[in-house]
Amino acid sequence: MFSFVFSSQIQHHMKKMFLIFLLTSISFVSNANDSIKVNITNQVVANADNAGLILPSGFGALIAADNLGRARHIVATKQGGIYVKLERLVGGKGIIYLTDANKDGKMEVETSFGNYIGTGIAIKDNYLYASSNEDVFRYQLNENGKVTNPDNPQRIVKGLWDKRQHASKSIVLDNAGNIYVNIGAPSNSCQEVDRTKGSKGMYPCPILDSAGGIWQFKVDQTDQGYHNGVRYATGLRNVVGLDWNQQQNKLYVTMHGRDMLYTLYPNLFDTTVSAELPSETMYEINKGDDAGWPYVYYDHFQKKKVLSPEYGGDGKKAGGEKAIDPIVAFPAHMAPNALLFYTGDQFPAKYKNGAFVAFHGSWNRSPLPQEGYYVVFIPFENGKPSGQWEVFANGFSGTEVVKNPRDAKHRPCGLTEGPDGSLYVSDDVKGTIYRIVYNAK
Amino acid sequence: MKYFYFLGLIVVLSSAFVSSPVTNQSQPIIKASMDRGKIIYLQRCMACHQVDGSGGPRLNPPLDGASTVKGNDKLKLVRIIIKGMTERVEIDGEYYDNNMSANPDLTDTQIADVLNYIRNSWGNKASIVTIAEVKAARTKIK
Repeated sequence: MFSFVFSSQIQHHMKKMFLIFLLTSISFVSNANDSIKVNITNQVVANADNAGLILPSGFGALIAADNLGRARHIVATKQGGIYVKLERLVGGKGIIYLTDANKDGKMEVETSFGNYIGTGIAIKDNYLYASSNEDVFRYQLNENGKVTNPDNPQRIVKGLWDKRQHASKSIVLDNAGNIYVNIGAPSNSCQEVDRTKGSKGMYPCPILDSAGGIWQFKVDQTDQGYHNGVRYATGLRNVVGLDWNQQQNKLYVTMHGRDMLYTLYPNLFDTTVSAELPSETMYEINKGDDAGWPYVYYDHFQKKKVLSPEYGGDGKKAGGEKAIDPIVAFPAHMAPNALLFYTGDQFPAKYKNGAFVAFHGSWNRSPLPQEGYYVVFIPFENGKPSGQWEVFANGFSGTEVVKNPRDAKHRPCGLTEGPDGSLYVSDDVKGTIYRIVYNAK
Repeated sequence: MKYFYFLGLIVVLSSAFVSSPVTNQSQPIIKASMDRGKIIYLQRCMACHQVDGSGGPRLNPPLDGASTVKGNDKLKLVRIIIKGMTERVEIDGEYYDNNMSANPDLTDTQIADVLNYIRNSWGNKASIVTIAEVKAARTKIK
């Protein structure tokens, strides 16, 4: 039985920036009694002001959802729903499920569940995975992409370090039954007393046994912990953005670099150098890799790994001969909170298989203006950057210059790609979910 | 310069006996203390708490408007500066992730100065913290 539903959501704003995005595909939606509805006139309308975003020519944006709370990472289902992980509970719940029943681009909260805060959320093979700051849970998805066991997830990982600083656990899955969990180092640079002038760097850094790296676990085992996880990569201070590159079948991560070079070593660095260094970095990760934290940091001006001052460095001495080099180095302190390899067909060809990075925005560049608060794009070929990074979506902060992080009205935090190739960006200040679309012709 | 500093010191010390809100009379003294405190603030505190004391959301608490900063528990303030802060505590309805530096090397005068600066800058207004008060507080901090 087929019935045809023609959407009547055509609006007639005649503003200059008005964009209509026509879905190129016809979506089949199966309902409870097995009849099939076919939407053939789906339309998503970009906001007249592109939701306040500044985008490359041809792109538009709309607000898919708003005021959700502290929306950290997000993930789209195959069916077009979105799961949002919250850093603070709303109504006692930490995960929100958004759907768009009438396909007008405005999403509604269908349900919320999970009594824990956190950042990580991911989908693989009909399972939803979500992390608290200590544990990772797995939920079963039904054929509509809806969680069937919201109150009884399987706890697959438990007891990871939650020591306040860098406690969020970002997650991603490979194609071989493994999940990768970032365990951020609860420290700036592994000093005996954290962030304290004159305190020595510990050698070897004992934190690296339990944090400062990416751990690998099985997707289907209950209550795994440090004893049966694999430290897949180390020397990573705090990775918040990570993605599995399907072309390369490999893990890529973005790391938050260290802070306070001037505050801790005013004899070696001035406030400008401290604002501009070290680089925020992206790495291609192979099993066993060491990215060098806390012993070295990356300097994109000198284009080398520099010995940390806690370990005898002076801002010039190289170090970390056995540590890997980043594949991209960004300006300091911008806080890359999400990484996404774009696999869709909606955006122009140059974006295919390239990387989007959501920068949460800096705090450690004072007294200079803060930086970040935008989403960048890096073109890729064969798993390597094939050009310079460029700002893709800006304007989240709602202000020309962010002097202090408190001034930013929105801060990008999560990224996900919808089944139609739309790019979604979450904001953890107001809980706005932006949808960025390409207006083909 | 030394003379004025000495004079200021005397007055600040003598005011230890009267813990009063900032009045017009004490303005020059607090101004001198705040000026010295600002230099310390820019070196030690600004990176995290920002030039305008607004902090970093969910990482480093704001000092501007903070109830503890403006409050009367000076022992607590001296302890935070000397020992730093690593506990997960709620501050004016919010939690902050970063550890605060310990500053055991600051002198009693420097601590009084930086406290006078943060307690009377931006939107803050609070009583003078004297060197004697810091000295007395330090003996209670282990």
